[in-house]
Amino acid sequence: MTLLAIVISGFVLAIAAPWVTRATGKSAGWILAALPAAIAGYLISQVSGVASGQTVSVAYQWIPGLGIDLSFMLDGLSLLFALMISGIGALILIYAGGYLAGHPHQGRLFCFLLLFMGSMLGVVLAANVLTLFVFWELTSITSYLLIGFDHRRKEARAAALQALLVTGLGGLAMLAGLLLMGHVAGSYSISEILSRRDVLQSHALAPAITILVLVGCFTKSAQFPFHFWLPGAMEAPTPISAYLHSSTMVKAGIYLMARLTPALGSTELWQWLLTGAGAATMLAGALLAMREAYLKRLLAYSTVSALGIITMGLGIGTEKAISAAIAFILAHALYKGSLFMVAGAIDHETGEKNVDKLSGLRRAMPILSIVALLAAASQAGFPPLAGFVAKEMMLESALHAPIIAVVLTAALTLSAALLVVVAGLVAFKPFFGGERPTPKHAHEPPLSLLLGPGLLAILGVAVALVPGMLADPLIAPAASATLGTESHTHFKIWHGFNLALGLSAIATGVGVLVYATRSRWMPLAGATSGLDRLSPTACYHGVLRFVTAFAESQTRMIQTGRLRDYLIVIFLVTIGVVSYPLLTRVGPPVWNELGTLHWLDVGIAVLILLSAFAAVTAKNRLLAIIALGMAGLGVTMFYVIYAAPDLALTQISIEALSVVLFVLVFRRLPDFRSLSSRAGKLRDVLIACAGGGMMAGLVLMATSYPSATSVSRDLAERSYPEGHGKNVVNVILVDFRAMDTMGEITVLAIAALGVLALLKLRDRIDDEHPTAAPDAGGST
Amino acid sequence: MNSVILQTATRFLMPLILVFSVVIMLQGHNKPGGGFIGGLLAAAAFSLHALAFNPAETRASLRFDLRSIIAIGLLISLSAGLPALLTGQPLFTGLWHEMMVPGIGVVHLGTPLLFDLGVYIVVIGISVLMVLTLVED
Repeated sequence: MTLLAIVISGFVLAIAAPWVTRATGKSAGWILAALPAAIAGYLISQVSGVASGQTVSVAYQWIPGLGIDLSFMLDGLSLLFALMISGIGALILIYAGGYLAGHPHQGRLFCFLLLFMGSMLGVVLAANVLTLFVFWELTSITSYLLIGFDHRRKEARAAALQALLVTGLGGLAMLAGLLLMGHVAGSYSISEILSRRDVLQSHALAPAITILVLVGCFTKSAQFPFHFWLPGAMEAPTPISAYLHSSTMVKAGIYLMARLTPALGSTELWQWLLTGAGAATMLAGALLAMREAYLKRLLAYSTVSALGIITMGLGIGTEKAISAAIAFILAHALYKGSLFMVAGAIDHETGEKNVDKLSGLRRAMPILSIVALLAAASQAGFPPLAGFVAKEMMLESALHAPIIAVVLTAALTLSAALLVVVAGLVAFKPFFGGERPTPKHAHEPPLSLLLGPGLLAILGVAVALVPGMLADPLIAPAASATLGTESHTHFKIWHGFNLALGLSAIATGVGVLVYATRSRWMPLAGATSGLDRLSPTACYHGVLRFVTAFAESQTRMIQTGRLRDYLIVIFLVTIGVVSYPLLTRVGPPVWNELGTLHWLDVGIAVLILLSAFAAVTAKNRLLAIIALGMAGLGVTMFYVIYAAPDLALTQISIEALSVVLFVLVFRRLPDFRSLSSRAGKLRDVLIACAGGGMMAGLVLMATSYPSATSVSRDLAERSYPEGHGKNVVNVILVDFRAMDTMGEITVLAIAALGVLALLKLRDRIDDEHPTAAPDAGGST
Repeated sequence: MNSVILQTATRFLMPLILVFSVVIMLQGHNKPGGGFIGGLLAAAAFSLHALAFNPAETRASLRFDLRSIIAIGLLISLSAGLPALLTGQPLFTGLWHEMMVPGIGVVHLGTPLLFDLGVYIVVIGISVLMVLTLVED
């Protein structure tokens, strides 16, 4: 019950957030943060229970017919992630309150952030893969809204779309993978899937499942070659970057990989894909960061690198490596969340984002500089911080990796060195050295901007210094859940003098050296920009251009803009799909006995034919419309004679209204300007005859082959007892088939709005380009 | 159009057509009629008004914005489906209540009637919206 409340409450508060913001103004962030803080509090209270092996779970029936339950569970892995999401979420809301103070759309931002938080909590707490998928997609959609928050800027919109397309396409692949997995395992419940490892791994579909699911995880967690959307997403305001791109959304993929490790992990394919993609991402992120000068983009690329490290750890898959990956997740969330918020605070207080132009800020912002140094030291892997411990554990496990241990260790050491450089650039460079003028007068940021980064940075120290209190109860259960068996690796700061420590020292030394001599290296990094034409970003844009061009060309081909062409297509398709089965399955229509013809029937038929003839030969529009209306009235008379008053009533109202509408549409148009060519007329005649012939055939067919069970009799018998009505047609419409009618009136309403939009839009185009009015002249 | 004859006739015809449309809508469950036909009739009345007078007056006489009218109609129809959910039956299952009204006899009241009312309002909204948009063009 509590778990469901945790997931739902974020969505509920999100709806109220704009009003809360309007009512409370400046303190809105602090007030809204109470919910995630309360969730975090509840989760902390569950830590000891979960650490001792308990799992909290709830399940509600959702779509029982498809085996989809709305079920949630809280085990070690979910707990760690949920705690990061809610804890950092609370800090971010406070931070956003200060960062966007007085922004006209602050309420909207809070709304989006809370929606996102609810979706993320749904992902990590879901106990059913399809429930998980629903929330997974919700995180894609909400992050689209968040990245595009500043929607008036073209770059923000493009970045939002890019993130949505990349993660959305990955999500589709993942859905296919999850469905296959559920099919093979015979259940969509995560715990059952995890318990059927042997069935899953021995199945022929195992490689397909692994690859499809991993595509989803890789796109979400910005793994190479899908990493490019993450730096682009830095267009979002900083609170969003700090939340989505450090601790939450990008970790969703990591979470799912960890979650499914007991079922899919430790196959050769899994190992190679994860370590390969992880190592490539780790190096690509670290190297690409060297070319950036803007604070947030530097951080974004270092995040890409860190995500690669975590994926690699999961790929190595030994007990030690899994623990290292989990420890790295925690350490990274703490320092990267902090660093992003520091970067935002610098930007907010100085108006400058470019690292090259920032210097000597420590005098103006002493507290922020300490926070920045603490967090950056953790990223750089200096003792005694969480980042150091996680890095040591990771190096240790890379050294003992079952595959390509040497390559992985070398890559990891290089990335660690480059992360030192990034840490220096974002936290040392702006604060030390000589003071430089900034666009805004620099001063210490307010408490709301300091609390989040400060608390996270301090936690980074505390985690490393008192592992028994903070790290072990979180990391060990999460690692156990990932392994599927109990983890015995402990999070400790001192492992003795070993090879890992030596490599760590080398990495730090190299990093510091590169940072000190960076002016010599930077041109080198810049020189690689020639390779950009081959980069995944270029591919993305190429594909996008191709799809748009293709869509445009085929739209131009199909959408001629001439009503006549559309009608021809509609009629031909209808004639085709109706006639084909009629002729092949039922045979040609039989001319059965129609009974005696009354003189009235003949008279009406003649009237209809004459009207139709008048309609097609009319030389002006009004005449054609009236003739059409006459034909319709003739049909109505048939209904009257053959006792179908309902149809007659409907038909006569429709005819009346359509004549009115036609007159209104056509009254402004000039007389026919050009008439169809002889060939055009012949074509139209043929189509018209085919259409009429088909309808006649259909009617003959319907009367000459009475079906064995009469639907109408059945409905007529049920009408009064069940529907309390004697008018069967109406009872069907409003009772037996009410759902269909609901759909129909909705479609009608949308059509009316479409008409409105088209007419209003045309007015606007006419106003803007008086000469470019659409060619109104028509022909028959 | 500015015809005294049409305007005078419309003043008398309009209430008659509207009342008739409601009758048609209500009797639809047992006799020819229903929300759709009733709605079209009422829309015809408003169209007559728009043609005889002017569309601005017709809009004013409707009091609500036409888009809101469509939305209200849709909501009414949708809400007719919800009581069934509360009783654990599938959406849009008709629920009926029979009551004795002095002077009339047994009256059947049910959610399908509410549904039909929604259809009636939606159809009025849609048709009048189209006609007025075109007349104002």
